[in-house]
Amino acid sequence: MIIYSLTFYLFSSVAVLSALMVISAKNPVHSVLFLILSFVNASGLFVLLGAEFLAMILVVVYVGAVAVLFLFVVMMLDINFVKLREGFLQYLPFGALLGIVLVIELGILFLTDRSSNIYNNQTPLQPIVNEVENTKMIGQILYTEYFYLFQICGIILLVAMIGSITLTLRDKGGVKRQNIVSQNTVDASTAIEKKKVKIGEGI
Amino acid sequence: MITLEHYLFLGAIIFTLGVLGIFLNKKNLIIILMSIELILLSVNINFIAFSAYINDISGQIFAMLTLTVAAAEAAIGLAILVVFFRNLGSIEVNKINQLKG
Repeated sequence: MIIYSLTFYLFSSVAVLSALMVISAKNPVHSVLFLILSFVNASGLFVLLGAEFLAMILVVVYVGAVAVLFLFVVMMLDINFVKLREGFLQYLPFGALLGIVLVIELGILFLTDRSSNIYNNQTPLQPIVNEVENTKMIGQILYTEYFYLFQICGIILLVAMIGSITLTLRDKGGVKRQNIVSQNTVDASTAIEKKKVKIGEGI
Repeated sequence: MITLEHYLFLGAIIFTLGVLGIFLNKKNLIIILMSIELILLSVNINFIAFSAYINDISGQIFAMLTLTVAAAEAAIGLAILVVFFRNLGSIEVNKINQLKG
């Protein structure tokens, strides 16, 4: 139990600190790298909670795809980031006040008496060890009970893919493209031209 | 002993940091997108903590849906950002006023 607590505090403190660095780092590349650190620590927490599949998915999707996408965009665009940081200190007092109020309110919510709430069982948390492992459990329920949600997920991803492709696609002039229809409809009368060439003259 | 409140409080702190990031970096669109990712991460932490403590697997399904939406949102947001940068040469949020909204 001690080791569990220590691991929780390790992962959560690193996650919170790196989340803090995400919003306060001067260089956006550092921000993205701290975002990756935050996600990796969150996935460690997910393993602690017994959700191994989601922990791995988080690493694959976020670290492998989303964070790399952010890195690409940050490095590809030529942006003056110093100029963008103007006003950081100007908004800091207001933002800090708002953040403190938000944390205190949320904290009060969790610390109030909740003897009548549904999540009342305070069993010390163990990784749920059943006969079925986590991935199998998710698969069993995802493809039966939540099948429509699963398909809607697919549609959302399809729409996102088509949307981002059409947004960033641009037609540059002067690019030679293959026109398949005109290639297929070529016949001998238009493609070949006969010419009489006189000897010694050329065309 | 780590209780559910610990996880909920962690989620609350990360959520607040995400909201704070939007406030502090009002000009930098990339940091704002990253803050939204942080907010969605805190949502995921809450979902999975509840799922583990109530001993119900449904929370993990919904966390996966959140993940999907977050990935789609990041892709479209970054695409819009690239187009915006191509048209205006800057990603300052207060210059995004072409729709006159």
